[in-house]
Amino acid sequence: MPFFPSREMPTYLEEATRKGYSRRDFAKFCTMMGAFMGLEASGVAQVTQALETKKRLPVIWLHFQECTCCSESFIRSSHPMVADLLLDQISLDYSETLMAASGFQAEEAMKHTMEKHKGEYILCVEGSVPTAADGVYCMIGGKTSLQILEEAAENAKAIIAWGSCASNGCVQAAKPNPTSATPIHKLVKGKTVIKVPGCPPIGEVMAGVIVHVVTFDRLPELDNIGRPKAFYSKRVHDTCYRRPFYDAGLYVESFDDQNAKKGYCLYKVGCKGPSTYNACGVMRWNNGVSFPIQSGHGCFGCSEENYWDNGRLYERASAFPGFGIEADADKVGMAALGVTAGALAVHAVATNLRKKKLVSNLEKEGKQSEKDLE
Amino acid sequence: MTKRIVVDPVTRIEGHLRVEAEIENGKIKDAYSSGTMVRLLEEILTGRDPRDAWAFVGRVCGVCTSTHSLTSVRCVEDALGIVVPPNAELVRNLMFCALYMHDHVVHFYHLHAMDWVDVVNALKADPKKTSELAQSISNWPKSSVGYFTDIQNRIKKFVESGQLGIFANGYWGHPAYKLPAEVNLIGLAHYLEALDWQKEIVKVQTIFGGKNPHPNYLVGGMACAIATDDVSGINAERLAYVHHLLKQGKDFIEQVYIPDLMAIASFYKDWGGIGGGLGNFMAYGDLSANGSKDPATFLFPSGVILNKDLSKVHEVDVRKNDEIQEFITNSWYDYEGGKDKGLHPWEGESKINYTGPKPPFEQLDVSQAYSFLKTPRWKGHAMEVGPLARVLIGYAKGVPAFKEVVDAALSQLQVPATALFSTLGRTAARGLECKLVATWALDFYDQLIDNIKKGDTRMANTDKFDPSTWPAEAKGVGTGEAPRGALAHYINIKDGKIANYQLVVPTTWNASPRDGKGQRSAYEAALLDTPVHDPNLPLEIIRTIHSFDPCLACSVHIYDEHGNHVSRVSVLGE
Repeated sequence: MPFFPSREMPTYLEEATRKGYSRRDFAKFCTMMGAFMGLEASGVAQVTQALETKKRLPVIWLHFQECTCCSESFIRSSHPMVADLLLDQISLDYSETLMAASGFQAEEAMKHTMEKHKGEYILCVEGSVPTAADGVYCMIGGKTSLQILEEAAENAKAIIAWGSCASNGCVQAAKPNPTSATPIHKLVKGKTVIKVPGCPPIGEVMAGVIVHVVTFDRLPELDNIGRPKAFYSKRVHDTCYRRPFYDAGLYVESFDDQNAKKGYCLYKVGCKGPSTYNACGVMRWNNGVSFPIQSGHGCFGCSEENYWDNGRLYERASAFPGFGIEADADKVGMAALGVTAGALAVHAVATNLRKKKLVSNLEKEGKQSEKDLE
Repeated sequence: MTKRIVVDPVTRIEGHLRVEAEIENGKIKDAYSSGTMVRLLEEILTGRDPRDAWAFVGRVCGVCTSTHSLTSVRCVEDALGIVVPPNAELVRNLMFCALYMHDHVVHFYHLHAMDWVDVVNALKADPKKTSELAQSISNWPKSSVGYFTDIQNRIKKFVESGQLGIFANGYWGHPAYKLPAEVNLIGLAHYLEALDWQKEIVKVQTIFGGKNPHPNYLVGGMACAIATDDVSGINAERLAYVHHLLKQGKDFIEQVYIPDLMAIASFYKDWGGIGGGLGNFMAYGDLSANGSKDPATFLFPSGVILNKDLSKVHEVDVRKNDEIQEFITNSWYDYEGGKDKGLHPWEGESKINYTGPKPPFEQLDVSQAYSFLKTPRWKGHAMEVGPLARVLIGYAKGVPAFKEVVDAALSQLQVPATALFSTLGRTAARGLECKLVATWALDFYDQLIDNIKKGDTRMANTDKFDPSTWPAEAKGVGTGEAPRGALAHYINIKDGKIANYQLVVPTTWNASPRDGKGQRSAYEAALLDTPVHDPNLPLEIIRTIHSFDPCLACSVHIYDEHGNHVSRVSVLGE
């Protein structure tokens, strides 16, 4: 059985028949629908046919404590283009950003989908849920975001947590997290929550997650913390085109210096690429135009848990705990740079030695993942 | 130490807004606007590195993305006396222009158009007539009979599927929709085209800032080094890309957005007399090759207009504590000095204190505090900010660019200047300034090229990047014109850390609750006397609220003349 029987679930006709309506009643219903939608008689046959056949994947998209950068990023997707996604592949039945209806009518649309497509719709959540003060820090239609989430999650097939807000709390969860902003997976139990972190995630990644579901009729494979492996299994550092400069010990020392103009590594001006898992280095942003490092600013790790509290923006990654083996490189770099050309050469040698260690670690990882595959 | 905390910038810009309106004899008698989401970002900023602030406050809003980051680096640079290299100012301006072009077009087509365009009615249009009409108002090439037939068929098929998706439960067929089917079809076709177009213009921000939404900024300049002879910097290819995007953007605005705006407006001239509101307008001004410190060269001039009097434009000074003050009489906050005090943002504080009804609730108690937004005032006056304020101030000051576009629009629509003070005027002003910005963007581009040609490749001033070079205490303000209006960030720095950070944002001016004197803010004032044909389908309310381009998701409660609850309508902004 496919993961998403929605595409083969009972059609309107089947359901009508099951409920004891005749085919004739169904035809009447279709005529009425046609009239309601302002169609000529000739269009009614098509309504009938459509209602008898295929469905698009129903999607409910909620907004809580967020800035809508995720929705904005989503509409930036170039493949697929969002218009095609909306018209041909999914039925975005509730989206505060895009839907025509407002309030009462919007809530009706959501209720309808939750009942009609019970257990079949995908719930997308943009934003965190504030649990402090009984949830009053985010209320929609007089209900708290927690109440709304619980209702919508109950009969969802799966949940997508868009962006860092829904995946890890993002900026409002930074210390001291005054509203107790909480990511979705901590509030919803017994459902698959697909985390798509990033502030925002890349548009094509967002569309890609949905397209994966529609195309392969199953959820994407997730890593051990719930992120799609397709987009979050590699460090920005390992896919960075400036990586050779890092390995050679060639760094930007301050913004707009001569090294910056040469496109050297941004590690010393705070790049968190070495501890960040995301697709930026490979896919880049806005249909491959650039990504932060290419435009001269370090990655600040927006797809990582607690990134707002994980070192200041322009602080070298080695200066905070948990950075691991890269700390050595920095010490070597600090000793060498600005001294003599000879020292630089020594640094390069040392870096290459260290790189050997990295390569051997990668080999170990590779062997392990081969085992896992088997 | 001054008590800080509170004030959530998020609620002011991007959150959940609720409007409650009282309707009497088919018109709105009174209205209440409430922000119902808060993130307390200002509290989170306390104690952090001022150089990082732009990244935090950038996350206030992903729709007018970049505008808060820009204002933040300006306020830190103001505090520390950092002068930004000319190239960085120009790059910031190009990113600013790209944001306006994107934001205004997306607002018009994707957030506002369905208030005026009846999507279902477009299915009845004659593609041949549609094509003729389209070609009569613009030379945009996508205008053939076949093109409109294809669009119509695609939407027909979509509607016939029975899954109406984003179009489900719209107000289709409401008598307040006045467009002929052919204009509706043009609007619908361009809705889809604009959805495709908008992902292009933002690439200007991606080239300089690495990504969009939320491009990167830098205190002291920009991080994107100019390197005409290196593949990793801003070189001829990158610049040519920017130029291509700006030209493409300008074409769409001139050949699609503006003709559509004028065509649609011509069927809704009655809305030139609805939704006027306060009549007080304010802009801080913005856009100069010399940065935000040289008001004389601002392309968007600063100033204040009171009581619709275009003969006098008052000066505004955001630093003076008797000019800009925030009140909390009707907000869910407390001040140390009492609930009725007004505080300048440099002395800003706000201890959160929710006193509203316990959710789930049906209606707010507006006899007491009813919003997470504070109420800002200029010399005690409520102010409207945004495109209409900017355009009116430019017009009142006699700036030729504004005179030209405004007079041309008025004469094309054959309406008097008083029609500007309205819902329609607000929506039209947004289009007119967008047209100006698209032209200015190319001027800034030329200036950038000139500078680089002359050999100036500086992009960042890092003399004071190291906190050890800073004074023990400093305070600064950054101002600018966000797409939705006048924006100011205030910072106090102590020992290299943020001691206080306050944002006074456009939506706070417009959407705030009334002040202690009972004076309404812009949304509440603009809704007065708006006709409502059917309280169950409050299309008219949404039109006026959307004309402000609210950076909030909202919720509108409506009451009939007996005060009974009729229906709930969330107005979904961005």
